[in-house]
Amino acid sequence: MNPLVQIAAESENPLLPPIPEIVIGLIAFVIVFGLLGKKLLPNINKVLEERREAIEGGIEKAEAAQTEAQSVLEQYKAQLAEARHEAARLRQEAQEQGATLIAEMRAEGQRQREEIVAAGHAQIEADRKAAASALRQDVGKLATELAGKLVGESLEDHSRQSRVIDRFLDELEEKAEAAR
Amino acid sequence: MSADPTQVLAFETDCHIFNGCGFPAPGLHSFLFKPLWGDGDSNLYFNKTMLLALLGSIVIVGFFWVAFRKPKVVPGKFQMVGEAAYDFVRRGIVYETIGKREGEKYVPFMVSLFFFVWMMNLWSIIPVAQFPVTAIISYPLVLALIVWFTWIILTFKRHGFVGFFKNVTGYDPTIGPVLPLSMTIEFFSNILVRPFTHAVRLFANMFAGHTLLLLFTIASWYLLNGIGIAYAGVSFVMVLLMTAFELFIQAVQAYVFVLLACSYVQGALAEHH
Repeated sequence: MNPLVQIAAESENPLLPPIPEIVIGLIAFVIVFGLLGKKLLPNINKVLEERREAIEGGIEKAEAAQTEAQSVLEQYKAQLAEARHEAARLRQEAQEQGATLIAEMRAEGQRQREEIVAAGHAQIEADRKAAASALRQDVGKLATELAGKLVGESLEDHSRQSRVIDRFLDELEEKAEAAR
Repeated sequence: MSADPTQVLAFETDCHIFNGCGFPAPGLHSFLFKPLWGDGDSNLYFNKTMLLALLGSIVIVGFFWVAFRKPKVVPGKFQMVGEAAYDFVRRGIVYETIGKREGEKYVPFMVSLFFFVWMMNLWSIIPVAQFPVTAIISYPLVLALIVWFTWIILTFKRHGFVGFFKNVTGYDPTIGPVLPLSMTIEFFSNILVRPFTHAVRLFANMFAGHTLLLLFTIASWYLLNGIGIAYAGVSFVMVLLMTAFELFIQAVQAYVFVLLACSYVQGALAEHH
C-alpha cells in the first residue's frame, strides 16, 4: 500500500495528526508570533514605557516644582530676615552716628565759646593796657602842665592853690567829656 | 461520494423522526473534511480547517495591527482593547507564573500563543465556520511541541547536561531505593507524556464541545416532526446554552494552555532542587 494513502487512512483516528495540518498550523502560528513578537508588541511596549515615563515625569516635575517653590520661599524668608537685620543695624548705626555728631558739635561749640571768651579777655586786656599807657602819658603830661602852671602862678596862698587844682581838675573833666 | 456523510449538513437532508429515518448522529466523520483543493489521499491538499487556521492568523494579526500599528500614549478604542488583552496575558499569566524579571522575554510568545489558541477555538461558534480548528489534533500538537522544545532548550541552557537530566528525572537521592523507579516515571512524565497531555487537553475539550454542539443541533433538526417539535425546542435551547458554555470553555482552554506553557518555562528556569 502506498504509505501516503496509509497515512490518509490512519488519519481517521482523531489522535493521529495529519501532517499537512501540522505544517499549516506551524505556518499560521509563525505568522502570528512573527508579526506580534517582532513588530506589534515592541510597538506597544515602547508606548507603554513612554506613558509610564510621561506619568512619572509629570510626578517628578510636580515634585521638582514643589521643591523649587520651597527653596524660593526659604530664600525669600532668609532675605526678609536679613533685610530686617540690616534695617535694625542701620538704625542703630544712625543713632550712634547722631549721638557722636551731637557730642562733636557740643565739643565744637564749647571750644568756639572758649575761643570767643579768650579773644574777649585778650581784647579787654589789650584795651586796658592801651588805656593805662595812654592814661599814664596823659597823667604825666597833665602833671607836667599842672606843675608848670603851679610854678607859673604865685603860690600865694592855699586857696589859690586849691583854685588852681580845682580848675585843673575841671579842665580834665571837660577834656574827658570832650573825648567821650 | 454522494453518500459521504461527512460532507452533508444536517439540514440538507430531509431526515426527521417518524419519517423512517435513523438519527444521523455526529461522530468521527464530523471531523473530516473533503479537501477544498488537492487530493485527500496525498499530503498535498487544502481543507476547511487549514483555511480557518490561516484566516484566524490573519484575524489576530489584523486586530493587533489596527490596535498597535501606530500606538499612541493616549490610546484609541482599538488600542485600549488591545492593551487590555495584552496586559491580561502579560500580567495575568506570565508575570504571575514566571515573574516579571525572567518572564518579560517570553511575553510575546505567550501572548501570541494565547490569542492563537483562543481564535482557533472561537471558530467553533462563529457562524459559517462553526468548527474549532483545535479539534484537529495537529494544531494543538504543533503548539505543544513548540512549547516542549522551548522547555527542553531552556532547561539545557540553564542547567547544562547533568542539570537537565536531574531536572527531567526529578533526581533526589534522599528518597532512597525507589529512586530508579521515580526517575523513570518522572522521565516519562516530563519527556513523553507532557507534550501529549498538553496537546490532548486542548484537543479533547474542543472535540467534545463541538460534538455536543453538533449533537443538539442535529437533534433539533431531526426532532422537528409531529410531537417531536416540543423536544426539538428543548434541544434548541440546549444548543444556545452549549454555545454560551463553549464560549466560556474556549477562553478557559486557551488560558490553561498558556498557563501550562508558562509553568513549564518557569520549571526550566527554576533552580534545581
